[in-house]
Amino acid sequence: MSAGEKFVQMFIAIGLFFGVVAVILLLTQRLRSRTGELIQSAAFVLPAILLIALGLLYPAIDTIYQSFRNAAGNEFIGLDNYQKIFTDSALIQVLINTAIWVIVVPTVSTAIGLIYAVLIDRAKFEKFAKALIFLPMAISLVGASIIWKFVYDYRQTSDDQIGIANAFLKLLGFDTYRFLQEQPWNTFFLIVIMIWVQAGFAMTILSASIKAIPDDITEAARLDGAGPLQLFRQITIPSIRPSLIVVLTTISITTLKAFDVVRTTTGGNFDTSVLAYEFYVQSFRSFDQGLGAALAVLIFVLVMPIVIYNVRQMRKLEAR
Amino acid sequence: MTTAITDVEATVAQQESLSGNAHKALTSPWASIAAILIAFLWTIPTIGLFVTSFRPEGDIKTSGWWTIFTNPSFTLDNYDEVLHGTDTNLATYFVNSIVITIPSVLIPVSIATMAAYAFAWMKFPGRDFLFVAVFALQIVPIQVTMIPLLSLYVDQGLAGSDAPGGGFYTIWLSHSIFALPLAIYLLHNFMSQIPGELIESARVDGAGHVQIFSRIMLPLMAPAIAAFGIFQFLWVWNDLLVALVFGGGSPDVSPLTVRLAELSGTRGQDWYLLSAGAFVSLVVPLIVFLSLQRYFVRGLLAGSVKG
Repeated sequence: MSAGEKFVQMFIAIGLFFGVVAVILLLTQRLRSRTGELIQSAAFVLPAILLIALGLLYPAIDTIYQSFRNAAGNEFIGLDNYQKIFTDSALIQVLINTAIWVIVVPTVSTAIGLIYAVLIDRAKFEKFAKALIFLPMAISLVGASIIWKFVYDYRQTSDDQIGIANAFLKLLGFDTYRFLQEQPWNTFFLIVIMIWVQAGFAMTILSASIKAIPDDITEAARLDGAGPLQLFRQITIPSIRPSLIVVLTTISITTLKAFDVVRTTTGGNFDTSVLAYEFYVQSFRSFDQGLGAALAVLIFVLVMPIVIYNVRQMRKLEAR
Repeated sequence: MTTAITDVEATVAQQESLSGNAHKALTSPWASIAAILIAFLWTIPTIGLFVTSFRPEGDIKTSGWWTIFTNPSFTLDNYDEVLHGTDTNLATYFVNSIVITIPSVLIPVSIATMAAYAFAWMKFPGRDFLFVAVFALQIVPIQVTMIPLLSLYVDQGLAGSDAPGGGFYTIWLSHSIFALPLAIYLLHNFMSQIPGELIESARVDGAGHVQIFSRIMLPLMAPAIAAFGIFQFLWVWNDLLVALVFGGGSPDVSPLTVRLAELSGTRGQDWYLLSAGAFVSLVVPLIVFLSLQRYFVRGLLAGSVKG
């Protein structure tokens, strides 16, 4: 298909969609009776409900069902898929990696975001300084991974370096290092990429939260002789606690579901795979439908409590 | 949640905020050095790749990008190669990205705005139950839905290059579905904040729901719709998983992210291609982000729970 044809298809789709919406609105416009209003409500709400039921609810139930079936999906095998996840050595490595990601990414991103937010608070170039850290958020994880693969590029110590990380090592007199291959530290170098992306998010939310701390509280503490670190620990941190929790949980959820970094940098090799990537591999490369479904359900089970907790915290933030 | 975000934003906008004494106390040369160091670490990787994308292929392969300061040489060949070279042909994928993104933003935003209006201001049986159900479905990660949804598309003849729309419908539909729960929830929050008297008086004056929706709600909702629209735009443009699974890697429908991920795997050492390619894909989200930053921050907190 040529570019022109694609745009034509796109405009057809958009036109069709808005045509249908317009017709529905026009047809139900004049209805005023009780049944008429019911039909009107249906016209407004049913497209969304049908799409969600067909595209989210049904598939989710089907996936849970498939997770109890074999690779081809034609035989019930009970909990075997789940048992495999927790006994197969390669898959246990995946679970360990996922755990490392979910612990390290939120804590380090939040810590860096918080420190940076405090440091640049009311600085001269605050807006510009924020944009620098925040910019990676706008980039795709694929783009971010390519940017960092270049940073990590490996050449022998005797050669001229083109990756800045190894150039730095060489400058300090060390041997160059295969950042993406050497286990077990390669997982941490992949995690750096995710932290690089997420710190901006943490910084933005926390910075706003710090600015919302009432002036008289900090003033009173200062008059009582609190030093900068005391002020930070006993005023700033407790005041922004709800935002801190929201930021931590939100980044955990994102981390659990992201597979782009692993896929783009190492392709899951060198013991770097994580749950979300393993799901992709089992479902669409190895075609082990049952195991893929079980991995997806596992992501679901891990994400669910964090999301529920997170939504509750957000509501508290709102209620304040 | 949304009110909190708006409040928070108002305080951000306020340059001279009343708080921030902690900062004054912390102001020291060390603090400045630490801030500059973080900013430096965060910017250097992108600058490195950006500089590289303008260097001749031979230079990229033999020397670090920082040598550009002592030995400057620039070229646009890399961009020409990635955009039009038969081997990479990113221009095609750029078109795909646009064709995927525009309907994937317009369709869910429209459907969600209507549904949010119904949930906020219309009376029908099962309303509260349905709203809670939609809200609860936010927690379903997209991974859980993919395989059954894909077989559904195949059964309905929507997948593959012979399908109507050249196979784009699967991607448009998927992005639309995955966006709905969050969009409905967010827009409902905004809509229910509009004073009920406004709706009531319009009803008394004889306006029906369709008129109220199109003449009163849409104009009032414009900033909220824009906020979600921008968030959805960036999400779709930067997405890899949905495009990979539902586009099946076909060059006809795959967006830039899929192609770049592929190049990174097969031509991992060809930095002259990858660097320029990465920047082709970054340009659009960066422009959108920089010009509409305020809206984006608003959608961000709530939006990150998505899919």
